[in-house]
Amino acid sequence: MSETPDLECRDISKSFDDFKAVNDVSFSVPQGTFFSILGPSGCGKTTLLRMIAGFQEPSSGDLLIKGKSVLDVPPNKRPVSMVFQHLALFPMMNIGANVGFGLRQRGVNKTDITKQVERVLERVGLGGVAERPVSSLSGGQKQRVAIARCMVLEPDVLLLDEPLGALDLKLREHMKIELKQLQSEFNTTFVYITHDQSEALVMSDQIAVMNQGVFEQVGTAKELYYEPDTAFVAGFVGEANRFTAKVKGSAGGSVEMVTSDGQTLHGLDARRSLSVGDSVDIFVRPEAVRLSRNQADVAAMGNTGQGKVANILFNGANSQLILRDQTTGAELNVALPQTGEFRDLARDDVIHFGWEQQQTRVYLADGEQTDV
Amino acid sequence: MSDRSKLTFWLLLAPLLIWLLTLIILPHVGMFLVSLREKVGVREYETGFANYAVFFNEPLYWNTFARTAYMSIAATLLTLLIGFPIAYYIAKLTRGRSKTTLFLMCLIPFWVSELVRTFGWMILLRETGVFSNLLQYVGLASGPVEMLYNDAAIMTGLVYTSMLFMVVPLVTTLDSLDDSLIEAGYDLGASGFAILREIVIPHAMPGIVSGCIVVFMLSLGNYLTPILLGGKDSLWFTGLIYSQFITRFNWELGSAFGFLLLGLSSLIVFVGLKLSRQSLGKTMAQ
Amino acid sequence: MITGIPQSAGFRWAYKAYVTLFFIYLALPLATVCVFAFNNSVFPSLPWEGFTWAWFFGTEAPYIGVFHERPILRSIVTSGVVAFWVSLLAVFVGTCNAFLFVRHEFRGKGFLYILMLLPLIIPGIILGISILVFSSSVANFLEDATGLWFDGLRPGLILVILGQFSFITTFATLVISARLQKFDPSLEEAALNLGATRWGAVRAVTLPFLFPAMAAAGVVAVLMSFENFNTTLMLVGSDAPLTITMFDRLKLGSTPVLNAVSLLLIVVSALLGLASLLLQKRKD
Repeated sequence: MSETPDLECRDISKSFDDFKAVNDVSFSVPQGTFFSILGPSGCGKTTLLRMIAGFQEPSSGDLLIKGKSVLDVPPNKRPVSMVFQHLALFPMMNIGANVGFGLRQRGVNKTDITKQVERVLERVGLGGVAERPVSSLSGGQKQRVAIARCMVLEPDVLLLDEPLGALDLKLREHMKIELKQLQSEFNTTFVYITHDQSEALVMSDQIAVMNQGVFEQVGTAKELYYEPDTAFVAGFVGEANRFTAKVKGSAGGSVEMVTSDGQTLHGLDARRSLSVGDSVDIFVRPEAVRLSRNQADVAAMGNTGQGKVANILFNGANSQLILRDQTTGAELNVALPQTGEFRDLARDDVIHFGWEQQQTRVYLADGEQTDV
Repeated sequence: MSDRSKLTFWLLLAPLLIWLLTLIILPHVGMFLVSLREKVGVREYETGFANYAVFFNEPLYWNTFARTAYMSIAATLLTLLIGFPIAYYIAKLTRGRSKTTLFLMCLIPFWVSELVRTFGWMILLRETGVFSNLLQYVGLASGPVEMLYNDAAIMTGLVYTSMLFMVVPLVTTLDSLDDSLIEAGYDLGASGFAILREIVIPHAMPGIVSGCIVVFMLSLGNYLTPILLGGKDSLWFTGLIYSQFITRFNWELGSAFGFLLLGLSSLIVFVGLKLSRQSLGKTMAQ
Repeated sequence: MITGIPQSAGFRWAYKAYVTLFFIYLALPLATVCVFAFNNSVFPSLPWEGFTWAWFFGTEAPYIGVFHERPILRSIVTSGVVAFWVSLLAVFVGTCNAFLFVRHEFRGKGFLYILMLLPLIIPGIILGISILVFSSSVANFLEDATGLWFDGLRPGLILVILGQFSFITTFATLVISARLQKFDPSLEEAALNLGATRWGAVRAVTLPFLFPAMAAAGVVAVLMSFENFNTTLMLVGSDAPLTITMFDRLKLGSTPVLNAVSLLLIVVSALLGLASLLLQKRKD
């Protein structure tokens, strides 16, 4: 790994008055990576992005692009381009003038601009529209023009500020795939911020989950989903049943916990950091839970029980079942398998459920993390 | 029901029609007819363009007319140049309370009668005025300095009086300019000047046009400022109209002058709207 | 607010200085007028002779204060009467116009709307002379035909009121229409649905909703009427409103009593202006 990363942040912080929006964040993004920063609104991701773009100055830390610090470089000289949340296409110019704007600022001559603009528009699948006004485009096409406008400048890093937020659901699904394709085609480093986990999961090579100004975890989509480092990541990425509980017993890496409803759950204490009496947050993914009409099918699993169907939320492949535990009354969301086996399941039916110990993710409560 | 709503419609229409007909349309038609009347004897008139001919044959008249026009254009451009940075500052560089306060501070002087404003400038500029005394006090002048009764004084007053009508539409249009457009321009490598030229000004064009139209019209039709700050030789066209009507009692010529001024003012409005492809309704609603 | 564009400290400083200078330019004439209202001298100019209230309350010549200066007091009353009628008429016609233009679709609506806006682009002095010329010819015609006198059509308060009304109505219409446009017609439909008559629904639902705009339009009308000069100048008779009286005084040479009147005008205008802004704000 001798190659210098396209973008590197070193202990970067930003404070507004007494509020720390970004707190000592460090990360590096190798060339050609689709890097997402995922977090709820107000987590500091926009501030971080604006610092990279140069619209905000970090309170401390350093920012390197291709190994060179750019802190002293104003945004109009930085080798990064940004796709804005609402795209910020210039309504007073036609599409060609929009895409050629950056080249004009560089003083490229007119014929070259026309050529390059046409080439980049063709690459995003919009050849021959240069003379048309921006308002004649659909939402998805505007998106592509906004990307073309940046890509024509061949930036080292392309920043994207939730550009899909304004689109409707169907188009958003489509644009996710298209963005990913554009990224691999241009082979440019993308830094993408979003609060929508599915956007991040689908498109990214690397995802950083951000919360309250810090990165909770950086990893691939799979790592975040299956091996969340922190309670926040477990709760934020993907769906999960969440319980608060106290550790009752611990033996050989396995812990026994009692939830506030009085339910006993078993999980693994991978880091061996839990001791009896600790308050913990427990996360169980809905699809980790097995359903069966026979107790025998689930008996061997670490956590079992019997539940009454409280509600069926039918949503095609994403259908869910809300079960009420027969003994404790606790609610449990379970993904409804679409094999047809449970098609006749109705409200108030009683069914057995169970999940393996290793599917129970346990974290120390009160913001303390199991890995410290 | 239909009869009732028809009645309502006519009842609502009546005040509008009466107002427009008796106070706007008929008076202007009447004025036009009077301007075509030529006095040939006591209560004897002929119809013709003689009054307009008088205007074109008398250099004082059309010189004054031209002077009024170009002084008004100059005042308009000056107001735009001075007001634009202020409007940009209010719209884009302040926010919240200070924005409201600055905006109100721009408005307040214009709730006060134009007469009072002009009076203020007279106190400041005249020979015995504040500036003259100040200059003598600091030793820059050895005797009283008369700063009133010249074109610069007229210009100062016109710009001052018109400022609101430039700043308000500019602030409104600049406010509606999405900040991210400016940032996007900057992100794509533009300099501050390029952003101003390619993004800010094109966006603010409707406000610029409506501001300029209103300021030009107000300057053209202004009477107080040129008369009081420019003195007797101010040579402002409204002054000519006034003297034809009130001092000389030559209503026929006065009406012709009035029509010429109205024509010039309408022409500028029309050209301005055409150039900027705006409609009167939209522009005035600002 | 654009925080993202870094600018050099020098530029920012210069910009701030420019803005400050601008506001000084705006405030200077008004501040000067106000200050000299308290100068103990018969001329509103330097040198400063000491502080006095004489130009407000003085009773001895030459220090006759505003409150004892008959002609000025009379002209304030005249202005008040004119403003009252102008504002009343303008709000009434403006409200009718607003309903007409917002609620009704008819042939020639666009044309009438443009006509309605015309007074904005006619210079005030021309509005004045056109009304003067027209009313005089009507008066001449009527007097010739009937042998009676029609003084109301000769320069005087009635013409002043009509002249100011002729363009202030446009402003009233715009202010009230803007508010009516925001009105949700389903509210009125709900009232009808609950058994109200059409007029009852308008009175109970629409007019209260419109009231802030009507009040704001009224205040604006009063302000515009009070400070109008150009139109009034051409139509005025023997009873001169305040601006005309002050203008005549100014031509003769001013005393600080004019500053005192101006100060009062400034204070009242500022209060009225703020009132209209507050009224308009409430409607959002």
